[in-house]
Amino acid sequence: MRDAAAAEDAVQEALVAALAGEASFAGRANLRTWLTGILKHKIVDAIRRQAREQPAADLSPEGGEDEFDALFDRRGHWEEPPSAWEHPEQALNQRQFLAALEACLRALPERTARVFMMREHLGLETPEICKELGITATHCWVMLHRARMALRLCLQENWFGK
Amino acid sequence: MRLLSCKETARLLSQGLDRDLAFGERFALRVHLAICDGCRNVSAQFRFLRRAVQSFSGGVDLPEQ
Repeated sequence: MRDAAAAEDAVQEALVAALAGEASFAGRANLRTWLTGILKHKIVDAIRRQAREQPAADLSPEGGEDEFDALFDRRGHWEEPPSAWEHPEQALNQRQFLAALEACLRALPERTARVFMMREHLGLETPEICKELGITATHCWVMLHRARMALRLCLQENWFGK
Repeated sequence: MRLLSCKETARLLSQGLDRDLAFGERFALRVHLAICDGCRNVSAQFRFLRRAVQSFSGGVDLPEQ
């Protein structure tokens, strides 16, 4: 979540919900798993609130239509074919890699990052995201594609290409 | 069947993670991926991005600003 205040609110609300629900927590589930589940919902709530407060003018797609055109030649083939990433699974266990990923996520335009996190982190389906943000499915797919293209470039430059 | 460019392939690879592709789209993708290393790498990287972002610990350890 980009907005620190909104993130703080989400955490606080989750903690309040956690304390309030303490009685119903019989110690069966792992506390962390349980808290995570609650927090996820709270984050969705916070994202929804933010989306509602967003001025309508900000609903246009971010970035130019041809943002990634430079990667392709006139026939639409890669100017420089992407190479394979080495040991990506190992990277997942590295704190530094997660920091690099986080930095790449923060570098995305805000709405693009939000749509991407709603889809990939929270696992929401695109119709749900479209509905919450009041955008079309096509717009949603465009933003998700831009996020993926930007993130793979960013990680290529800052991690895997090094 | 029209052959996909790498640019179209990348777009379809992404959409394939967000919606069910039509039979024709899946077929065209498969044909392109069979001959294009670059797009196969991108396909693996898009899927890796999903796993990587999911591995953030469910929002409990919210990143510090």
